[in-house]
Amino acid sequence: MLRKFHSWSGLMATLLVVMLSVTGAVLSINPVMEFAQAKVAGTSSISVAELAGKLASSHPGAEQIQRSPSGSIIVYYTKDGQTGADLINPITGETIGAYSNSPVMVWVKNLHRSYLLDTPGRVGAGIATFLMLILTISGAIMLAKRLGGWRQILRPIQGTFRQRLHCQVGRVAVIALMLSATTGLYMSAVTFELLPDYQSSEPAFPENVKGDFPASIDTLTALKSIPLSELREIVYPYKDDHNDVYSITTHQGSGFIDQSTGQLLSFQAFNNKQKLHEFIYMLHTGEGLWWLGLLLGLGALTVPLMSWTGIQIWWRRKRSTATINNNAAPKSADTLILVGSEGNSTWGFAKTFHDALNLAGHQVHTISMNSFANNSESHYPNTKRLFILTATYGDGDTPASASHFLTQLDKMTKIPEFPVAVLGFGDRQFPDFCQYAKDVEAALTAKGWSQLLPLDTINRQSPQEFSRWGNTVGRVINTKLSLVHTPSHPRCTTLSLIERVDYGVEVQAPTAVLRFKQPDVNDKGLPHFEAGDLVGVLAPGTKVARFYSLASASKDGMLEICIRHHSGGLCSSFLHSLSVGDSIEAFIRPNPSFRPASGKAPIVLIGAGTGIGPLVGFIRNNKSHHPIHLYWGGRNPQSDFLYEPELKTYLKDKRLTELNAVFSRTNECSYVQEKIGVDSLELRELIEKGAQILVCGGRDMANSVMVALNEVIAPLGMDVLTLKAQGRYREDVY
Amino acid sequence: MKYLTMTLCFFCFFVMSNQTSARKITLTTELQNYSGDGAYLAIYLTNAKGQYQETLWIAGQKSKYYKHLTGWARGSRMRTSEYDGLTGASVTRGKTLTVTLDLADSYIDSGFQLKIDTSVEDQRDNRNDVVVPLTTAGAGKPSAGRGYIKAFTYVL
Repeated sequence: MLRKFHSWSGLMATLLVVMLSVTGAVLSINPVMEFAQAKVAGTSSISVAELAGKLASSHPGAEQIQRSPSGSIIVYYTKDGQTGADLINPITGETIGAYSNSPVMVWVKNLHRSYLLDTPGRVGAGIATFLMLILTISGAIMLAKRLGGWRQILRPIQGTFRQRLHCQVGRVAVIALMLSATTGLYMSAVTFELLPDYQSSEPAFPENVKGDFPASIDTLTALKSIPLSELREIVYPYKDDHNDVYSITTHQGSGFIDQSTGQLLSFQAFNNKQKLHEFIYMLHTGEGLWWLGLLLGLGALTVPLMSWTGIQIWWRRKRSTATINNNAAPKSADTLILVGSEGNSTWGFAKTFHDALNLAGHQVHTISMNSFANNSESHYPNTKRLFILTATYGDGDTPASASHFLTQLDKMTKIPEFPVAVLGFGDRQFPDFCQYAKDVEAALTAKGWSQLLPLDTINRQSPQEFSRWGNTVGRVINTKLSLVHTPSHPRCTTLSLIERVDYGVEVQAPTAVLRFKQPDVNDKGLPHFEAGDLVGVLAPGTKVARFYSLASASKDGMLEICIRHHSGGLCSSFLHSLSVGDSIEAFIRPNPSFRPASGKAPIVLIGAGTGIGPLVGFIRNNKSHHPIHLYWGGRNPQSDFLYEPELKTYLKDKRLTELNAVFSRTNECSYVQEKIGVDSLELRELIEKGAQILVCGGRDMANSVMVALNEVIAPLGMDVLTLKAQGRYREDVY
Repeated sequence: MKYLTMTLCFFCFFVMSNQTSARKITLTTELQNYSGDGAYLAIYLTNAKGQYQETLWIAGQKSKYYKHLTGWARGSRMRTSEYDGLTGASVTRGKTLTVTLDLADSYIDSGFQLKIDTSVEDQRDNRNDVVVPLTTAGAGKPSAGRGYIKAFTYVL
C-alpha cells in the first residue's frame, strides 16, 4: 500500500519535483558566491557611521546601504539624475565594482517558486513541495521497513543495482530533502497567507524631529554605536528635507535616526514570530548560512537521480507482474485462485491455470492470498472450489503476496463449504522444500476445511509437473484441462565462447571455466550484470533455463562461468561440449542478495568446488584493495585448483589479502569447514571487526560451514543467524 | 428671451463649476525594461514642501511590501484608509500602467507635486522615482523617471 502510494505520487510529481530541485540546487550556489566575494573578516569592529563616513566622499548621492546576509555591502546612489548600485569593501569602503542582480538567477528563482507562471505557478510549486515531502517521508518509512526498523537504518542495503542506488542515495539525502521540503512548504503557506502574519509592527514615524541643519553622517551617535555586522539596511533622508530622517534596520529591529541630533527614534525590536520566520527563511535559502545552503543544494541534486531510478524500478516491477485477463467478479466466480508469490513467477503459473479454466468455460477469480476476504460466504457466493498456488520465500518463509493469509485464516469463524487444493512451488535443493505451502495445507486442515486434492508440489518451476497436476485437477472437476506453461524469461542473447580452461579430470571432477564474448556493439547486448548474478542458459531443444553464478561483471568485458560436468546433466554436458567459437543462448537474472555490501569491513569468502566462481569475480573487482580472506576447498592441488594462477596474481597485487586453499584428496585431507575451525581465532577477530561472510557452493558444504562458524563465534555470544539478520552472512547455495 | 439667456448662463455656470471642482486625471506610467520581477508603485501628491497630501494609486497587492515605497510610507503612515480602493496589480517591466481618477481642482496649478515611489523585490527602493509639479502647462508632457520608471505623463 505504502509502495503504491510512493510510486504513484512519485510518478505524478516527477517533472514538477525535478524542476523544483534542479533550480533549487542552482540557487544554492548564490549564497556561496556572495560569501566568497564579501569581505567580512574583521567587520565587527567597524561601525555603520565609520563606513557611511567613507562613502560620503566616494558616493555623495548615496541613498541606501544594504548588507546582505552573507556580509556583502551594497550602496545605492543617484548621480546626475541616474540611479546606480556599487558593491563595497566593508573594511576600506572602496568600491569593488558595480552591483546588479544576475538576470539568470532572477529567472531561475522565478522558475523555482512559480514555474514562471505567477500565482497559479506558485500554487503548483506549493503542491510539488508537498508531494516531495510525502515522497521523502514514505520513502524513509519504506526503507526502514526494508532494513528491519529505524535502528537498522544504517545497515547495508540489498537489491538490484538500481534499488541500491535509489535507497542508498535516498538514505544520504533524506534529511536535506526533508528540510528543504518542510521549509519550502512553510514559505508557500506564508505566500498564500495560510499562516498568521509574522511581521513585527512597523516603528511609528517620528512626529517631532529637530529639523536643524543635518550633521555629517559619520558623527551620528546612533550609527556610531551600531556595528556594521548588525546592519541590514539604512535609508538616507531625502535631500534638502530637514524634517526627514534616516531609517535603519538591524538584525534586532528597525527605527529612525534624527539627521541633526543623531538620536535613535522610535526603535521597534523584531518580535519572536519574525525571528522564527527569518530563521526558517535562512534554512531554506542558505542566505547567511552558505554551507547549509550548499548541502541542501547537493541534496536537491539527488532528486533527478531518485526520480529516474524510481521510475525504472516501478516499470520493472510492473512489467514483471503477469496480468490476469478475464478475471471474473468475486460474486459470479465458480472457481477461486489465490496466489502466494515473492518474485512474480508463481503469478505466471496462475495465469496459465486461470486461462485454461476460462477456456473450459469456468468463471475464474484470481487474486493474491492477501486479498482473500475472510467473510467468504457473502463475498464468494457462487464459488465451488478454491485453489491456492503458493511459492515459499527463502528458507520456508511466507512469500510477500501471502504475508497476512495465515492470520486472516485464523480469524475466520465460518469455514466455507467449497473444497480447497494447495499447490506448492519450490526447489528440492532447499531443505524446507515448499514449507510455506505445507504450512498453509496444515492450517487449512486444522480449520476443518474440506480438501479437493491433497497438497502437490512443483520442483524448480517444472512445466511437466505442472501439466500433470493440471490433468489431476481436470479429472476431479470433470473438465479437460491442458496446462502448457513456459516460464517466461528475458529475451536471450547469443554469446560465443572465447576461452575455456579445464580442471579436475584426474580427480573425477571435470570442471571448466568458460569465458564468453559479449555480442558486437550494434547488437543489443546483455543488460548490466555483476559477479554473483545468475546467467540462465538454454540448452538446445529445451525451454527451461538452468542458472549458473557469474564469475565476472559486465565491466570485465566478458561473461565467465565455472561449470562442473555432471554426468547426465543436460545443460552442464552441453556446456562442457563447447569448443572455442561455439555459441549459447543466455540471459541474465539479477541475484542482488549475493554480493559484498559496501563499507570498509573486511570480507570473508567461503566456497568449495565451482562455488569459487562468483568469489573470484568479487576478488577480481576489488580494485580498492578491501581486505578479502578466501577459504576454498578442492580435491587435489595438481588437478582441480581452480583459478590458481589468477588467485596468485590477486594475492600479489593485494586484491586478495589471504588465500586458504585446502584439498580433500591429499595427505593432509582437509575440508574447508575444518580449515575454518583451525583458523577460528583469526576469523573471530575479523567478525568482531564487522566482517561480512559470503558462502558459495553445495548445500552440504554450506551447512557444514554454518556449523563450524557457529562454533567459531559462539564466544562472541552470536551465531550465524545473528549475522544473517544483520545482513553480514549471505549464501549462494545449489 | 432675456430670461432664457440668463437661465442658460446660470445652467452653464453651474455645470462648469461642477466640472472644475473635480476633474478627470489620467496617469500613464511606462516602466523600464529592468531585470527583475513586477514593480510596486505608489503615486501620490505632496505640497510644495514635499509633505504628503493624498494617495492616488498603489500598484501591488501585498501590503506587507508597502513599507518599501519609502517616501509614501512615511507620509501616509501606511494607513489602510489612505489607499482603500486605490490599489491594483504590480507592474511588470516594460509594461505601462494607466489609471484614470477624479482629482480635486484645487490641487492644480497650486504648487502641488505628483510623486512616484517604486520598489522591486531584492532590488533597490526608489523614493521619488518621479517628481513633477501638477500644472496645466505640464499636462501631456512626458517626464523621465530615475529608477524603474522610463516615462510618466499625466493628462488633465
